[in-house]
Amino acid sequence: MKILKDIKLHFITVILFGIMFPVLIFLIGLLFPSQSKGIPIYQDNKLVGYENIGQYFYSDKYFWGRPSEVNYNAKSAGASNKGPTNPEYLVQVENRIKEFLLINPTIKREQIPSDLVTGSGSGLDPHISSQAALIQIERVAKARNIIDREKILKLVNNNIEEPLLGIFGPKNINVLKLNMALDKLNNNDLE
Amino acid sequence: MVNEYYGVILIILLLFVLSVPLGKYISKVFQGEKVWSDFLSPLEHFIFRIAGINENESMDWKENSKALLRINFIFFLWSFGFLLLQGEIGFLNPLNILNMEPTLAFNTAASFTSNTNLQHYSGETGLSYISQMLVIGFLQFVSAATGIAAFALFIKGILQNKVTNLGNFYNLFLKSCTRILLPLSFTLAIILLLNGVPATFESPSTIVSLEGDSVTVASGPAAPMIAIKQLGTNGGGFFGVNSTHPFENPNYFTNIVETISLAIIPIALVFTFGFLINNKKLSLLFFGVMTIFFLLFTTAAVKLETQGNPEIAKLGIMQPLGSLEGKEVRLGSAATALWSVSTTSTSNGSVNGMSDSMTPLTGGILILDMSINAIYGGVGVGFLNFFMYVIIAVFIGGLMVGRTPEFLGKKIEVREIKIAVLLILLHPFLILAGTGISTFIINNNPHIGWLSNPSYHGFSQMLYEFTSAAANNGSGFEGLGDNTPFWNISTGVIMLLNRFIPIIGAIAIGGFLASKKVVPFSEGTLKVDSVAFAVILLGVIFIIAALAFLPVLTLGPIAEYFSM
Repeated sequence: MKILKDIKLHFITVILFGIMFPVLIFLIGLLFPSQSKGIPIYQDNKLVGYENIGQYFYSDKYFWGRPSEVNYNAKSAGASNKGPTNPEYLVQVENRIKEFLLINPTIKREQIPSDLVTGSGSGLDPHISSQAALIQIERVAKARNIIDREKILKLVNNNIEEPLLGIFGPKNINVLKLNMALDKLNNNDLE
Repeated sequence: MVNEYYGVILIILLLFVLSVPLGKYISKVFQGEKVWSDFLSPLEHFIFRIAGINENESMDWKENSKALLRINFIFFLWSFGFLLLQGEIGFLNPLNILNMEPTLAFNTAASFTSNTNLQHYSGETGLSYISQMLVIGFLQFVSAATGIAAFALFIKGILQNKVTNLGNFYNLFLKSCTRILLPLSFTLAIILLLNGVPATFESPSTIVSLEGDSVTVASGPAAPMIAIKQLGTNGGGFFGVNSTHPFENPNYFTNIVETISLAIIPIALVFTFGFLINNKKLSLLFFGVMTIFFLLFTTAAVKLETQGNPEIAKLGIMQPLGSLEGKEVRLGSAATALWSVSTTSTSNGSVNGMSDSMTPLTGGILILDMSINAIYGGVGVGFLNFFMYVIIAVFIGGLMVGRTPEFLGKKIEVREIKIAVLLILLHPFLILAGTGISTFIINNNPHIGWLSNPSYHGFSQMLYEFTSAAANNGSGFEGLGDNTPFWNISTGVIMLLNRFIPIIGAIAIGGFLASKKVVPFSEGTLKVDSVAFAVILLGVIFIIAALAFLPVLTLGPIAEYFSM
């Protein structure tokens, strides 16, 4: 019976590639406990996030990330999948622009980079462009009562992640890391 | 932006340079020459002994085709059954995910058996960890190996001289798994792991964000599966949003590695062909024809996406990073455009940005790319598809100069040409018939809620879905509400038809060619390893694709472009 031989070969390949291969990678991962769990960030022994998973920021005192179709719900990531000419979508973007201008009154429309008002692919994009951070400094400083804007500007500049090897790919800023550094800055101020 | 262009150039260069030695290695594996991975041969012998298969028995095209179909049918039944019952298995299912609905399970089993990886479910919420491993990850290996084995059988057919046997499917299949896919996947999985792609069996953790909100973060044994989904032109992601997810593609470096991985085996196989038939010039010409299309599409897509969306520009904001809806800032619009063209060229179907939100003409390019379905193409099968165009070009070229159509000393006769033409026409037939039927349905039931976009773009969403299914690609204009019985069954059937009919057709042609006598080269022979033939081939591909698909593209992406 040829089919019996095929069934046997089937189960052998299931064991090899369905079980042994992923388990082997898992075992090697045990040598890299942080990476193999997605690079978690702990604060006072509490899990506060993952380096690469964006978080939903909406208070004035934090830098905001990109709009997210799922509000940064990392249980079920997702994108808008709106087409480029969809009228409903364009109204949504316009509303985001208006809202941003309202909350950041010192900023002009033409200073807003598109990453701040368009949804990301994963809905968990951890990054924004440096321009997107620069135009939020005024609001953040005000909300935190930091008079010296230069301090925050310096923080933003320190958090710019350069292209790979300085040559390949875009520059960007990890919003979570920037906000954590910001919280630290404030704490130091209070001391 | 200039750094983004450098990134694109780097990826393309690395891809081309690395695929040549890989092609050489694969040719050695198929010829049974000494290679470094020979330490695996006791394992392979052991597997065949347990299964009771004689891997050295040479079979003709019919026996090989039957073996291929039989084992793939078992793969399909296994997956279908497993997904239907996944909720009953109380093991490695931390989120207590339930049994899959039957039409969705059918679609998913068809999709992964056919190397398509169209996903009408979302990985985080639709599959348990054990299903991800024993169905998805498993099928990503064996479906890719099926394609590579079919490729090897076909090449054997060209090389044989009046012999009916093509070799042994099982042997080629297992070697494709152990010698090609396994070492590459292992390497890639480790690279991904080191960059923060999870490989854990822990339940999803809950974090308290800086704002004080509680958020559950889905995770799992992702790294091994993402490796094989990239390398085997599978494309089905661990997470629903595929390689846009920061856990699936954490940084620009992993993006470089993943982009190279998704296209490297299809390109390497073109060189493998050259090494096997001992005609490097011919494989370079084939590579050149494919690459002309690839570079043309890439340049256009990169330009369109980095320019930004004209409709957003009208709102008066800056678009320094190009069109960003559905894209990730760490990857950028240029690298995302390159990935999109690579993934549609090679029938991979993984994405690192949402095709649905790209500018209209980019969407059109992606559909056209899948319509040709032979610019490198899926592992193994891409070359076979390409060869159907070659047969037609040989026929037309032969007619033009009044010579008998021949390919490397093998007469191409009515039988082969009939099969090639039928296979080439099957693709547009399935796509256009499917799109026509779905358009008819939605026209009569406008409130059915399939489309996330109105008008031309909505039409493109349906066209893209059927093109992707027929091309065994698996990417989508994901705004399409495709988890319904209509889409599950129609695309499921199309994926299976357009997977196995072309494979069997190609193996049959291989069998026919094998039994023919090699005719010595003479004055009356059409020279296929010449630039003139490459030009004919280029023209044939362009004309067939343009005739079959330009009209329908006009109704979708092109109309949307002119509406801006």
